[in-house]
Amino acid sequence: MKDPEITPELIASHGLNQEEYARIIQLIGRIPTFTELGIFSVMWSEHCSYKSSKVHLRRLPTKGDCVLQGPGENAGIIDIGGGLAAAFKIESHNHPSFIEPYQGAATGVGGILRDIFTMGARPVAAMNSLHFGPLSVSDCAAADEAVIAARNRSIMRGVVKGVGDYGNSFGVPTVGGEVKFGDCYSKNPLVNAFTLGLMRKDQIFYGRAAGVGNPVIYVGAKTGRDGIHGATMASEEFDDQSQSKRPTVQVGDPFLEKLLLEACLEVMRAGAVVGIQDMGAAGLTSSSCEMGGRAGTGVEIEIDLVPQRETRMTPYEIMLSESQERMLIVADAGRVREVLDVFKKWELDAVVIGHVTSDGLLRVKKNSKVVAEIPNAALTDSAPVYNRPIAAPDASSAPPAIDLDPSPAALEQSFRQLIASPAIASKEWVYEQYDHMVRTNTVVMPGSDAAVIRIKETRRGLAMTLDSNARYCNADPRAGARLVVAEACRNLVCSGGRPLALTNCLNFASPERPKVMYQFSETITGMAEACEAFSTPVTGGNVSFYNETEGRGIFPTPVIGMVGIVEDMHRVTTQWFKNDDRAIVLLGETHNDLAASLHLEVIGKPSTGVPMLDLSRERAVQETCLKMIQDGLIESAHDCSDGGIAIALAECCFSSYRRDSVGCDVDLTGELPAIALLFSESPSRIIVSAESQNLDRVLEIARNNGVIASVLGRTGGKSIRITINGDPVIDVLVHEIEQAWRASISCLMEVPSLATT
Amino acid sequence: MKFGVVVFPGSNCDHDTYHVISKVIGQPVDFIWHRQDNLSDYDAIILPGGFAYGDYLRTGAIARFSPVMGAVKQFASRGGIVLGICNGFQILCEAGLLPGALLRNDKLKFVCKHVNIRVETTDTPFTLRCQRGQTLSVPIAHGDGNYFCDEQTLDELRRENRIIFRYSDARGLITPEANPNGSLDSIAGICNRERNVLGLMPHPERASEEILSSADGRIIFYSLADTLAELAKAS
Repeated sequence: MKDPEITPELIASHGLNQEEYARIIQLIGRIPTFTELGIFSVMWSEHCSYKSSKVHLRRLPTKGDCVLQGPGENAGIIDIGGGLAAAFKIESHNHPSFIEPYQGAATGVGGILRDIFTMGARPVAAMNSLHFGPLSVSDCAAADEAVIAARNRSIMRGVVKGVGDYGNSFGVPTVGGEVKFGDCYSKNPLVNAFTLGLMRKDQIFYGRAAGVGNPVIYVGAKTGRDGIHGATMASEEFDDQSQSKRPTVQVGDPFLEKLLLEACLEVMRAGAVVGIQDMGAAGLTSSSCEMGGRAGTGVEIEIDLVPQRETRMTPYEIMLSESQERMLIVADAGRVREVLDVFKKWELDAVVIGHVTSDGLLRVKKNSKVVAEIPNAALTDSAPVYNRPIAAPDASSAPPAIDLDPSPAALEQSFRQLIASPAIASKEWVYEQYDHMVRTNTVVMPGSDAAVIRIKETRRGLAMTLDSNARYCNADPRAGARLVVAEACRNLVCSGGRPLALTNCLNFASPERPKVMYQFSETITGMAEACEAFSTPVTGGNVSFYNETEGRGIFPTPVIGMVGIVEDMHRVTTQWFKNDDRAIVLLGETHNDLAASLHLEVIGKPSTGVPMLDLSRERAVQETCLKMIQDGLIESAHDCSDGGIAIALAECCFSSYRRDSVGCDVDLTGELPAIALLFSESPSRIIVSAESQNLDRVLEIARNNGVIASVLGRTGGKSIRITINGDPVIDVLVHEIEQAWRASISCLMEVPSLATT
Repeated sequence: MKFGVVVFPGSNCDHDTYHVISKVIGQPVDFIWHRQDNLSDYDAIILPGGFAYGDYLRTGAIARFSPVMGAVKQFASRGGIVLGICNGFQILCEAGLLPGALLRNDKLKFVCKHVNIRVETTDTPFTLRCQRGQTLSVPIAHGDGNYFCDEQTLDELRRENRIIFRYSDARGLITPEANPNGSLDSIAGICNRERNVLGLMPHPERASEEILSSADGRIIFYSLADTLAELAKAS
């Protein structure tokens, strides 16, 4: 088959502009071959090159005492003591999950698992952050809105099943995460998958093609035509020439991935591996040139040796395929047989397809004839970098006067509405479809502030959480990013973890729109400020731009994956009240922070601004709470966030595994309007409960840290009773609202799908 | 006394089971690769949970042809003790070591959560330390755990006292609400006629340490260890 001629149309269809094409010619000194054009187009795509985000990402702090590996490798790695290290990362699979929710989500999980075990770590915990469009519409909504809601439910069903089927079969527990809803995600669902793996500190593997002459070994699944040009678009002519070249949806095979994991860890343990990298986005292309680039070497590949599952594949297709469950290994020259034998034992393909050279080139040969020859650096370091235009939005007008009904009946009505809203409602419909206990390490299961896993044969554990808040980030990207980082840290602290480091997944609309780039830049600034304040460096992550359909983009949605250490697994806390007759104490202060609150969203009132965050006060509150947990003084700790104190209290009361619900009787005092006392989302607040005998010490620790601690009331009874300055406002039976809270999402999801979906 | 935990490609509770045998009840244990066809070194064999061979066809349908399964059959026919957990139960049914089949859950979804099971008989090597009617809190995690068999088999299972565990509520009542997957007669675990082969869908290895919310499941492993100690004494 003859390669097509390089025409301006072909170049444009590869998503390369004229300047970029001129740069290619300048870098290689000639017109590229068709295969080379394909290679450049994927490596220089936004997804692989970070060309629009790079200049901003540099502002994030990436160094810290615990950081063993920062951004630039397949995953970040932190030192967790005792000779152990944790590798973790989050990645998006948004676009594929919209096109094909089940496989899109499944392969997203598969990709991030490989990123972790390619570093030599065994994946021990997964989480995911999911954003969907609304699941239901009001009764009076237009028919097309009902169709959209039905489609959103269908996407959510597929995504959750995809995440579950892949992780469950692979054998990684999905221990936590978040599920959020918003109009802007209707045609732009977000699927961000996180994985954490454990390894010995002295057994870390890198994606480096070191050692000239060493063999390059292809292992895992065979290469097919799936996912070709995941990053760019095929042209009309392209389709006409060959139907078989159309991009197809990648299909995940968790069983094969499980075998790949065991085989890779086995050859790593044997010491036969020099470097290893998974074939994720841009497949064989990115793995080979990035491994060469990092080691300063070249990689030569004989393309016909690559195991293929379809006939007559061209070098272009093989280099660009994104078939799943494949890895590239550079092995010690004398130990090839050993490597091949291990893969044979696991019944996986393993073939030497090339070797490491000294010339710094990625060279692809077919029948000994060179079809591509590009300096690795041209594909990686010399990729274009854009400082795209930035434009702040027009100054917002003064906050509209909000007319809210302050009667107790209206407040209780709002409370009930919030409890049953999908944002607050129990997510057990989702997480019960995930195996969250396999590997028998999950100590704090989904549903509390942060998940906690133990590390077997040590006293320690790891706490982890995924957090985002698009409401805040849309209202003020910089302050919003700070609030999200603060909440992630607070969530870890509430479980008894000390925050160490984070990974981020930055989901945005088109970077070609200056207002989006403004949001992005502001987000980075805010995130950097908060990371500095909490001493939690960023060890890596992922940027996902172009989350927009039909000109409608998503809210800026940075997702934070925060990991912390629990020094003593006997000092782990959950959010739930454990016993009657305990003192309920609020750490921190409530202000009139209704702006961008869930309460206003649920009742459909506009606002401007976001809650005020004082980073040093936040730190003090967190230190205080952690000290109380470590001293064994409190029985529960729960972050006050979406829905304010009223919702946080209800969440503390609900029953959890092997524990009945516990009521509460509290009085909120102060000058603020009742609505703010109940639903304000002031950050830096944690609700804790303690035995009376410990109350003095609890208050003393708060005082010593300069944190205001107020005794709100006591646990006990069957009701949630909230008074304001002594006046009753909410009095509901726990079991009654718990039922509404538990049933909400499953009721929405179990309705029959419309035929149109 | 020695335990063996079989590792099929795709087993993923093998390490968890090994951990409980070695660290919690403190007994010698080996992993057994699925290609091994001689089990003469072992006193009890455990088929762990997971997705053997991916379970893309039907759960356990391919695993039953694995070389180790021939050996497991022989081992069981000589009276050796065999425990199948979750995927292990599915494989035992496919291999004909236990009657019946495990169908898709009635709600057609994978379900992972803690459930209660009631001990129906202590007359097995797996439950001799239990009390009859005792409830154990143990997790389930499966998509295909809906036990089914024909009426004649069900009669037999009941008559021969071979239903070992039923899903119940925390007080031990058998109710439709407490049945998480639609299993016939709320069956969570059964044994063979000779009572040396047990299959159950719940994961006792996930409920064998206090730190993991429940340690109820370890009584099954302790019972097994007691049985093996008795057998060793007798021989």
